[in-house]
Amino acid sequence: MCFWNCVLKQFYIFGKIALMNNILVTKEVTKHFGNHVALNKVSLEIPKNSIYGLLGPNGAGKTTLIRIINQITYPDMGEVYFDGELLKPKHISTIGYLPEERGLYKGMKVGEQALYLAQLKGLTKVEAKKRLKYWFEKLEIGDWWNKKVQELSKGMAQKIQFIVTVLHEPKLLIFDEPFSGFDPINANIIKDEIINLKENGTSIIFSTHRMESVEELCEYIALIHQSEKLLDGKLADIKKTYKNNVFKVGLTADNVDELLPILSDKFNLIASEIDPKENHLDFTIQLPSNDSGEILSFLAKRSKIHQFVEIIPSANEIFIQTIQDKDANE
Amino acid sequence: MNKLPIIIRREYLAKVRNKSFVIMTFLSPILMVGMVVLIAYLTKINDNQKRIIGVFNESDYFSNDFNPTESTSYVQFKDITLKQAKDSTTQMGYYGLLHIPHEDELEKVAEHAYFYTKEAPSTSVLDRLEDVFLDRLRERRLQDMGVSSKEFALMDKKYEINTATFDGEQNLKGINEIKAIIGGGFGYLIMMFIIIYGGFVMRSVIEEKTSRIIEVIISSVKPFELMMGKIIGTSLAGITQFAIWIVSASLLLMVAFAIFDIDPATLSNGADVTGMAGNMAPPVPTPNQTIQAYAQELYKIPWLMLICFFVVYFILGYLIYSSIYAAIGAAVDNETDTQQFIFPVILPLMLAIYVGFFSVFSNPHGPIAVGFSLFPLTSPIVMLMRLPGGIGEGGVPVWELVTSILLLIITFIGIVWLAAKIYRVGILMYGKKPSYKELFKWIKY
Repeated sequence: MCFWNCVLKQFYIFGKIALMNNILVTKEVTKHFGNHVALNKVSLEIPKNSIYGLLGPNGAGKTTLIRIINQITYPDMGEVYFDGELLKPKHISTIGYLPEERGLYKGMKVGEQALYLAQLKGLTKVEAKKRLKYWFEKLEIGDWWNKKVQELSKGMAQKIQFIVTVLHEPKLLIFDEPFSGFDPINANIIKDEIINLKENGTSIIFSTHRMESVEELCEYIALIHQSEKLLDGKLADIKKTYKNNVFKVGLTADNVDELLPILSDKFNLIASEIDPKENHLDFTIQLPSNDSGEILSFLAKRSKIHQFVEIIPSANEIFIQTIQDKDANE
Repeated sequence: MNKLPIIIRREYLAKVRNKSFVIMTFLSPILMVGMVVLIAYLTKINDNQKRIIGVFNESDYFSNDFNPTESTSYVQFKDITLKQAKDSTTQMGYYGLLHIPHEDELEKVAEHAYFYTKEAPSTSVLDRLEDVFLDRLRERRLQDMGVSSKEFALMDKKYEINTATFDGEQNLKGINEIKAIIGGGFGYLIMMFIIIYGGFVMRSVIEEKTSRIIEVIISSVKPFELMMGKIIGTSLAGITQFAIWIVSASLLLMVAFAIFDIDPATLSNGADVTGMAGNMAPPVPTPNQTIQAYAQELYKIPWLMLICFFVVYFILGYLIYSSIYAAIGAAVDNETDTQQFIFPVILPLMLAIYVGFFSVFSNPHGPIAVGFSLFPLTSPIVMLMRLPGGIGEGGVPVWELVTSILLLIITFIGIVWLAAKIYRVGILMYGKKPSYKELFKWIKY
């Protein structure tokens, strides 16, 4: 009796901790639009103070999930927990959202518009003004206050939009394709600000199909495809599970011509390239395990090794491979 | 925290500061007053223009029948030929020539009489001439039957029936029509307001969709709040505009009348002519007493009650229609796609106005009037046309009023609920024009 109680209690505590350490937890969230299933039992745990990449092709259900988190729509089944509590309307003011389909009132002045949007997030006018001033100075756009949005370029308007998203200092920030519409310089400014926000304790969800920014920014990822979550976790861990003990080697030896057949006999050689003039050999090799000791000692005896790198799949490769595997299974 | 006031404020300011709104607000009274002044001025000119008709009478009849009136005078030709008469008519620039030939009998004279004009003559002139002939012919026919001219004159006396209520109060002719016009004015106001400002609501929704700001906003507030804020904000802007119009138009009118020296009475007479007031004023000069009686009757219209119910019907009716407009705006991507949805919305409004003017005027408590004043999509207009007759005995039965308002409230809740559902889904849908079937599906999302 006591044993079961203890087990239950353990579970309870464990569950609570899981909720407390995560800014956002979704449990089997399902959403239908008519006959179309937009999300099918998607469970995610988004840790606090991290940048979480939500990946997936167009139409996978990312935006639906984000809209559920923003309480724009509601799930048919499943629960969403925010900071340890069931998601409620009061949480709206602690979430910041930059949608993919974004814009501003064209005929409205920049300052007025920013104030309005900030007030809708629950800031007072005075507080909003103060913070806007800070951000406008920080991003060097102070003189835009009385300009109308239609006078601004697209990148300029995006800056305003970014400020409005983060102005109320939310605990959770959700960016849907944040860099679309930015030129490289401004994209960098925004990227730095996102990293800054994360370092100041904000949790960030980052939805995109631009993989380079995922590699650069995201600590955790989840891959959503055809309304289902295919994989999730720490990006580094996922990469570990997806690597195939493939190594890239570059060496010089006196007799590269002879070395190559021995290598292809002994190991699983994937590709190779010989430069006979320089006695140089480049090759890619797959080992049966992650233990590279054997080949290293084998090569060290016969040649001078310039490079020996394990090839870790990029997020993009994982993305494509997972989706292809999934489609092949169906 | 309640964000509705913030939204209402923005929607109001966005509307009021809009350039075209400002221009419309200040230009319309000038245009309207300009129109009225122009009409009054033209009417005045029109009245001053007299028609002269030449009469070439060769017969023994009609010697004293063509008497000049306000707008027509007659010139008699004598001892010339028909051709000369025609020539001199055109030379003098007269309106036309009436030729009455010499015949033995009146019937034959009438049969061979001709009215020559340069162009096709106006019906009013013809009517007047025909009346003269008809009178004489009738007199002659009766004489043939043995009725003397004296007897005929006696017989021709006009008659109007006296009407009264059971309480013995004198009833006034046409007072029902006057009341219906007053109610109709209120109803018409509601219709105009719905069509103009419902359209504004719709365009404002479309603007939020096309500028893609909508998702940013509804991640902060509920779509329903945004929709209601928009509807209320826009209607407040509308009320501001109406208030400015009424105040400035009346000021301008006064100024204009003072400048152009136009007697406002000209205008009210003009209204009679256009048939707006029907047989409201008898053709004979109205005795002071009658005017007083009408004034009294108007005074007796329960204005306070009328205004109260106007407010009730206005608010409910406007909310119903403008939430439909908001839903339409949410369903489409641009204004050109709205046509197919707007027609069914305007239809009941037009129906209400026309049915109101035709059936409520003639019979304010007939089955059609009752039916349309109960049906929620037409009741705000039709019921207001019936209400000036009072509530209870002799007016709108209390049960009809209660049922009408109840039905309106139920419809209001239902429609706003449905519209909010369509709105909620529609604002996030881009790229395709939905069919009615799809709209129906959205309700279930």
